[in-house]
Amino acid sequence: MSVHARERRTTPGRVLRPIALHTIVVIIGVFILVPIVYGILGGFKDNQQLANNPIGLPAPWVPENYTNVLASSDFWRQVFNSSLIALTTAFITVAVSALAAFVFARFAFRGRELLFTVFAAGLMFPFAVAILPLFIILRFFGLLNNPLGVILPQAAFGLALTIIILRSFFRSIPHEVEEAAILDGCTPFGFFWRILLPMARPALATVSVLAVVNSWNNFFLPLVVFNDKDWWTLPVGVQQFTGQYSADTAKILAYVVLAMIPALAFYSVAERQLIGGLTAGATKG
Amino acid sequence: MKTTKGPESAVTASPVPRRLIPPPQPHRPKSRGKARKRITIILFLLPGVLLFSFLVLAPILLAMYSSVFKWNGFGLLPKNFVGLDNFTRLFDNEIFLGDLRRGALLIVLGLVVQLPLALAIALLLNQKMKLRALYRLLFFMPYVLSEVIAAVLFSMLLSPERGFANEVLGFLGLGESSFLSEPDTVMTSLFVVITWKYFGFYMILYLAGRQSIPKELTEAAQIDGCGPWHVFRYVTLPLLGPTIRITVFLSVIGTIQLFDLVYVLTGGGPVHASETLGVTMYDFGFKRFQVGYASAISVVMFALSLVFAIGYQRFVLRRDLDGATTTMGGGRR
Repeated sequence: MSVHARERRTTPGRVLRPIALHTIVVIIGVFILVPIVYGILGGFKDNQQLANNPIGLPAPWVPENYTNVLASSDFWRQVFNSSLIALTTAFITVAVSALAAFVFARFAFRGRELLFTVFAAGLMFPFAVAILPLFIILRFFGLLNNPLGVILPQAAFGLALTIIILRSFFRSIPHEVEEAAILDGCTPFGFFWRILLPMARPALATVSVLAVVNSWNNFFLPLVVFNDKDWWTLPVGVQQFTGQYSADTAKILAYVVLAMIPALAFYSVAERQLIGGLTAGATKG
Repeated sequence: MKTTKGPESAVTASPVPRRLIPPPQPHRPKSRGKARKRITIILFLLPGVLLFSFLVLAPILLAMYSSVFKWNGFGLLPKNFVGLDNFTRLFDNEIFLGDLRRGALLIVLGLVVQLPLALAIALLLNQKMKLRALYRLLFFMPYVLSEVIAAVLFSMLLSPERGFANEVLGFLGLGESSFLSEPDTVMTSLFVVITWKYFGFYMILYLAGRQSIPKELTEAAQIDGCGPWHVFRYVTLPLLGPTIRITVFLSVIGTIQLFDLVYVLTGGGPVHASETLGVTMYDFGFKRFQVGYASAISVVMFALSLVFAIGYQRFVLRRDLDGATTTMGGGRR
């Protein structure tokens, strides 16, 4: 086909294509946003408005649903619990994984690949499979109604991915760096602590963000571990609140909207690390 | 590494030969150094091995063990051995068999609808357009929200009497739908919610994969006279192969263990019409205290995941990866 003919064919496309493109993307954007906007606006209505006017703007705007949630100590307790558990989980996961990944990346020993494969295979064990026996083991160790009962299993299930990502990062650091450090009198731990970890800061940030998000959204484990409502995390709190006030839709919407703000705020700050970590996690062997 | 060079390098990593990995050398050739090295290895690995053994391996072994017992869950180990009774009972149980059918349906829908949709949108967003970064941020957003939040929002949105979705349908002149409240419509509604929650994740992976394809290749194809479809069919799609294979894997594994979303959205109902293996297991294990029976369900889930993972690795992924794969993203715990 001649260049000329091709050009003529694409000319109408030049105008129509961007329009079609934007239309599709906007439709999807609306699909994504509708539940969230519905939740936000719904929280500003009272139940009568919600029933009679599910689509329109609130008239009048009723801020009480939100202010009541913000004034409740349960909500803040759950924010605190979720944060505490997420941060501790991330710290333990990354610390333990970094030690192991260092050994897997930098030492030669018999059984190394086998052991690494066992860890990596941990990724294939669905969390849901282990939850029932996990509950029994946690009960045996007296870790029910104890934040460690959620933190430690989350860390254990997070090891596989974290070790895989960190190992491949540690491996990419040239061997000369290590030789120079050893010549300067560094012990293996000194090299790990003073040189490798500072160099690996971006990778550590990525895996920490992943661990925080996974922990923050975890529902199944805190649901079975925490009977005591003082330890409920946000997802459990939201679910229980929904059951408790099932007739009071507006109140539930306000609770849900406030519960998603921390996650969205975190996403807006750590978007790069999160997406980087997910793509690395899904593609690194 | 991707954090320094962007996600592209992570995706291309598979076809490209492994980065130069110096053969690990002993830290000190002396024998004192050797003992020291061994101690370092053991100390560094110990915390990970302990955590992993007690909280990942032990539970899975315990599930297998207790699946051949009748057990109400008291104590640490069951005593009333019943052989394969739990499994024979299970394969007579309509709910369990329904779980398998519904799981298969969701897997097929995921592969046939959700993934192609995510791919199409990723390719759209790969074009030059205004506000592209904003759209990407927006489409991925639901993935960051907890399943519980998604489920509660949708249960309100889809409520049968004068809910938002029905008002919209009415406004468009379409009939009302029962959405989550009738067995006929609940699976479709559930799938819509799943798509809302997860397609952005797959889109991000495809986008990263697409961006790792060098411009020269698609440009060369265009110069050779390929139309957009041919460029997609013969250049983009084959080069996205590794990414597509990974997303298929994540999607299937994620669907096998689907729990949170269903449990909060429908509780498995109405009349078990949207129940999944995870929900059935929770019901028997944590509500009816039939721990042996529930463990048998866990074992089935585990076996399904394992058989799929091994088969898939062996026959499909082998050429992409020489290590393990990750279920990270699809993780619908």
